[in-house]
Amino acid sequence: MNDGRKKTSGEDTLLTISGVERIFGGERRLFGGRAPAVHAVQSLSLNVRKGETLGVVGESGCGKSTLARLVVGLDDPTSGKIVFDGENLADLARKDGNALARKVQYVFQDPVASLNPRKTIRTILEAPLKHLTDLDKDGREKRLTELLQAVNLAPEFLERYPHEFSGGQAQRIGIARALAAGPELIVLDEPVSALDVSVQAQVLNLLDDLKKTFGLTYIFISHDLSVVESVCDRVAVMYFGRIAELGPAQSLFEAPMHPYTDLLMRSAPAPGRHELMAEDASAELPDPYNPPAGCAFAARCNRKTRTCLDNLPASDQAPGPDSGHIAACYHPLIEA
Amino acid sequence: MTNAAISGKGRQAGKSARPGTLSLLLNNTLATAGLIILIAVCLLALAAPVLPLLNPDVTAPANRLLPIFSAGHLLGTDHLGRDLLSRLIWGTRVSLAVGVSATIIAAVFGSVLGLVAGYAGGRTDTVIMRGIDMVMAFPYILLALAIVAVLGPGLLNALYAIALVNIPFFARNIRGITLGLSRREFVDAARLSGKSPAQILFVEILPNVLPVIVITMSTTVGWMILETAGLSFLGLGAQPPQADLGSMLGEGRKILFTAPHVSIVPGVMIFVLVMAINLLGDGVRDILDPRLRAGSLTRPVARTAVLRNPADVPAPSGDENILDVRRLRTEFQIGGTVYHAVGGVDLALRQGECLGIVGESGSGKSVTAMSIMGLVPTPPGRIAGGAAYLEGEDLFAASDRRIRDLRGGSVAYVFQDPLSTLHPLFTVGNQLEEAIRTHQPLSRAQTRQKAIELLSLVRIPNPKERLTAYPHELSGGMRQRICIAMALANDARVLIADEPTTALDVTVQSQILTLMNGLRRERNAAILFITHDFGVVSAICDRIAVMYAGRIVETGKTDDILANPQHPYTAKLIECVPVLGEPERRLDAIEGRPPVVNDLPDGCAFADRCPHAQSLCRTGDIELVAAGANRSVRCLFPVNTDPST
Amino acid sequence: MGAYIAKRLLAAIPVLFGLTIIVFLIMAMIPGDPATAILGSYATPENVAKLNRDLGLDKSLPEQYVIWLGNLFQGDLGRSYSLNRPVLDEVLERFSATLILAGTALVLCSVFGLLAGIVSAVRQYGWADKIITLLVLMGISTPSFFLGLLLILVFAVKLRLFPASGMYAIYGGGDLPDLFHHLTLPALTLSVVATGVVARLTRTAMLEVLRQDYIRTARAKGLPERKVICKHAFKSAFVSVVPVIGIQAGFVIGGAVYIETVFQWPGIGSMLVKAIATRDLLLVQGGVLVVAAAYVLFNLLADVVQTLIDPRLR
Repeated sequence: MNDGRKKTSGEDTLLTISGVERIFGGERRLFGGRAPAVHAVQSLSLNVRKGETLGVVGESGCGKSTLARLVVGLDDPTSGKIVFDGENLADLARKDGNALARKVQYVFQDPVASLNPRKTIRTILEAPLKHLTDLDKDGREKRLTELLQAVNLAPEFLERYPHEFSGGQAQRIGIARALAAGPELIVLDEPVSALDVSVQAQVLNLLDDLKKTFGLTYIFISHDLSVVESVCDRVAVMYFGRIAELGPAQSLFEAPMHPYTDLLMRSAPAPGRHELMAEDASAELPDPYNPPAGCAFAARCNRKTRTCLDNLPASDQAPGPDSGHIAACYHPLIEA
Repeated sequence: MTNAAISGKGRQAGKSARPGTLSLLLNNTLATAGLIILIAVCLLALAAPVLPLLNPDVTAPANRLLPIFSAGHLLGTDHLGRDLLSRLIWGTRVSLAVGVSATIIAAVFGSVLGLVAGYAGGRTDTVIMRGIDMVMAFPYILLALAIVAVLGPGLLNALYAIALVNIPFFARNIRGITLGLSRREFVDAARLSGKSPAQILFVEILPNVLPVIVITMSTTVGWMILETAGLSFLGLGAQPPQADLGSMLGEGRKILFTAPHVSIVPGVMIFVLVMAINLLGDGVRDILDPRLRAGSLTRPVARTAVLRNPADVPAPSGDENILDVRRLRTEFQIGGTVYHAVGGVDLALRQGECLGIVGESGSGKSVTAMSIMGLVPTPPGRIAGGAAYLEGEDLFAASDRRIRDLRGGSVAYVFQDPLSTLHPLFTVGNQLEEAIRTHQPLSRAQTRQKAIELLSLVRIPNPKERLTAYPHELSGGMRQRICIAMALANDARVLIADEPTTALDVTVQSQILTLMNGLRRERNAAILFITHDFGVVSAICDRIAVMYAGRIVETGKTDDILANPQHPYTAKLIECVPVLGEPERRLDAIEGRPPVVNDLPDGCAFADRCPHAQSLCRTGDIELVAAGANRSVRCLFPVNTDPST
Repeated sequence: MGAYIAKRLLAAIPVLFGLTIIVFLIMAMIPGDPATAILGSYATPENVAKLNRDLGLDKSLPEQYVIWLGNLFQGDLGRSYSLNRPVLDEVLERFSATLILAGTALVLCSVFGLLAGIVSAVRQYGWADKIITLLVLMGISTPSFFLGLLLILVFAVKLRLFPASGMYAIYGGGDLPDLFHHLTLPALTLSVVATGVVARLTRTAMLEVLRQDYIRTARAKGLPERKVICKHAFKSAFVSVVPVIGIQAGFVIGGAVYIETVFQWPGIGSMLVKAIATRDLLLVQGGVLVVAAAYVLFNLLADVVQTLIDPRLR
């Protein structure tokens, strides 16, 4: 083995997801048979590089939130493994239940629901400091002040309760909590979709500043293509539990290869855009309990052939013109 | 949408002067009465040993069955000549002690079981809940009887029996709440903060469950007292010579016909005691249950109340508008605070035109739309001024009957979340046919035919089969198509769509927008389209009106406004949204947040967040003034006013 | 739908088995020597030994259970020593009387409870609501045995409108009008608490439903208010009230214990009280088992009704 190469790739890659699968249901029943099973995430492989913002886009039910929960350890994969900084998450969890939480944190979609209504902001923010760091009382106090400053909140907010905050302020508190223990990777699960548009920009700009200040890596999960395009370095497009297309944001948005990415982009309304691409009403997601044999998007795709219906394309079926740009498609819009 | 906005406002209002729980309780007359009676009874029972009472157990056959108000025996005597007043107070003491102890035992064991089952889930949950189900499979009192049968009659055994049969009740209640809470995001957040399961259960979840435990206890104490009294009444509880209220009643029953007062005295006492506890319990529940607080569980009436000054009704603006809203003001009264959700809005809609109302949450855009046909919930909403004319007819002055005819007839609505707006228990066919039959005298077969036609109109495949589907069996896009079909059932001339695509995925959104656009051209219907998304506006609207803090700040042709926003708010709002294909664009956030509409500042509501604001902006009322053809702006110092346009 | 009902029936079987285990264990838990407990302290040692053999009490607990269950399947619940007749005969005879009383009370509480709840919700904060709320609160605060005594005092003793006790008149009774005449007071008394509970829950459920988006949709369609309330709102509210009525069945059957004692109604409740007092434990066992089984089946029925109305539960 070439030691040098191994080392550089180790430095470069922070998180490796390989062949991960998560099945809901399917447990054995009392009287034989199994409960119906849904593959929320299937044979998913993905690398997250140190310092980047990786976007994960998809519509409801595509498995992007399940993926997020797997990465932070709120859920365990049915099969496959996730490796963070050279350590398998499953081993890490066995060794020390809190080890992962020190390195990977999470920001929730609904900022108000993610704060316990009966705790003050101080109690909420102190929890990770108490359980994940070995700071003493003074150290924690100092850190609290730093955290509030980092997310632009006044110190007097510490003694208040969550219901006294607007969505934008609550999301800042959620971000401060994620930052508290000094993680390397933060998973942002739709961090702005519950917010009003004028507040969205505030939070997006804040996230950008924090990333620079603390040298963070982000996984940014969203259904909104324009938000993802504006904040992400690389983007993974998910459909029906799998990655349909993966690539650098610029090349993916300029020249999408997968027909689904193309459909998403042309469906998205934008100021000044009068005509949207629209499919028939019959274009719907496949039944998750009875998934098709071939490409899940084939039923909606106007480029489909027999091959698409019968065979499942590999996630790197179509290599793109730019390095690192791949699509799970037999008939990509652009051939390499 | 509207409800969320209102409750949000209610929360903010509560912040300034949040009254304590006790003072809230004392505001409730009945609960206060219950509290006073209960305290009096408790004091009396506690003081029994020091009160100058006769010995309750000393028999005096010579004085048997003395009536009420006899000398030396205020409440008379029983069949053994014992003083009833003394027995009553000592009996109350026993009943209270047993009832309260049983409640505490049941609450502790039941809550622990419920908390563990709800939080642990999986196998633990199944095992605990199966056991609970098994116990609950017995009719309540029957199980208590069986337990007493085994343990033998006696007060303590009755207490155990009553406590035991109530454990499942607590366990079930608490488990349900715990289950819901443990799926909440703040529990996940606590896990990620490094808390252990025990810490999460007892530090994060328990404080949220506590009010429910208190509510359940306060509503069951009375019940437990009744049940222990019942067992004693049957002779299975307190054994002579000890007496509680139930056994006194049981003894009195044997001489009911000759000396009714011997049973009536303890009976009335049980009633008074339990009634006081229940009154108090209801009061406690009303305060602690968030659903009941702030009067959110009030029933909205069929039509918004109109409380406008009849002398000050603005005339229609004149021309050929189908819908003409003039100086509309809609308010919400929550407690003593009035929220001016809509503060004087003018809108006009021509035939075949699509007008978009754009704004953030709380801007009053939905309330404006709902006010037109009186769909703002009253209480707490009311129309406080202005007029809405449908082809010249003043809708706020029309009779209820007339409004019913127009609703779903000339003016139809499409709402935001197609799952919650369709009735879950009726098939879509039933709901669609109902919409048709309400306005058209068609036969059953004709109605069905028309329903099928409508479904094909909104491009639903296999319309005939879909009629028998229930809403939950359809996808979000299909459901919204059904809602649109329902709105089109009676050839509406005005369609009011309140964020009809916000709850949908982007590919489905484009389907629905394309469908609506096609239909309005085919049918020449006018659309009032409410949204927060300038992208959606571009796809469907001819004109837009931008709302902020209950008023229109700018209105004009869609392309003009997007290209050349004149109000600083409009300009900022467009700038702060990322646009697909322009990743390098700097997002210019608007600092601060919108004002609360119960306390609007003088002058421009946006002044505090506006980079161009001057002192003049903060005084007087700023008018919406014309700024070119089809264009008006509510701003003293508009931006982007290039004289060449 | 048929498949669903079959599935629910199948699922009820383990519950019924669980019931038999609990009832059996209750018997087994009796402190001291059961035979002495059953026969009383004056029993001769021979009698005790014979009963122990008869009951199979010299065997292990699981064996005893299997034998007991086997007998149960053959309809043999043992013999009541105090009445000297088969337990099953006595229990079934008594149970039919209870069914008449409790069934009537259940119908009364459902009808009046639902009506009162709807009126109360629709006229929220109006005088009708206030009166109903107060009556409901008084209803659930009154001990039913005390209410029974009061009704007897007023309607039987003072006004002589209704008989004070029994199911049929001793002379010349036995027909349906006679039954209703005797049924009125106990059924009313028994239904009061349950009516209160049903009314409260109906009111809350209606208020909850009336705030739903689909009610706004119904109004936006131009439906008359009567239809909005009676069709759209009531159907949803009813779905959440049905299981409560199922649970009330348990309270009504349990409450029958008091009412039957007060009105000397020859039902299973008064039988149980007497059986407990005389320590006739086989009779207690049989009575509890039959009533509990009936309750399980009734709740099953409530479940099925709920599923029939709500397609989402299928």
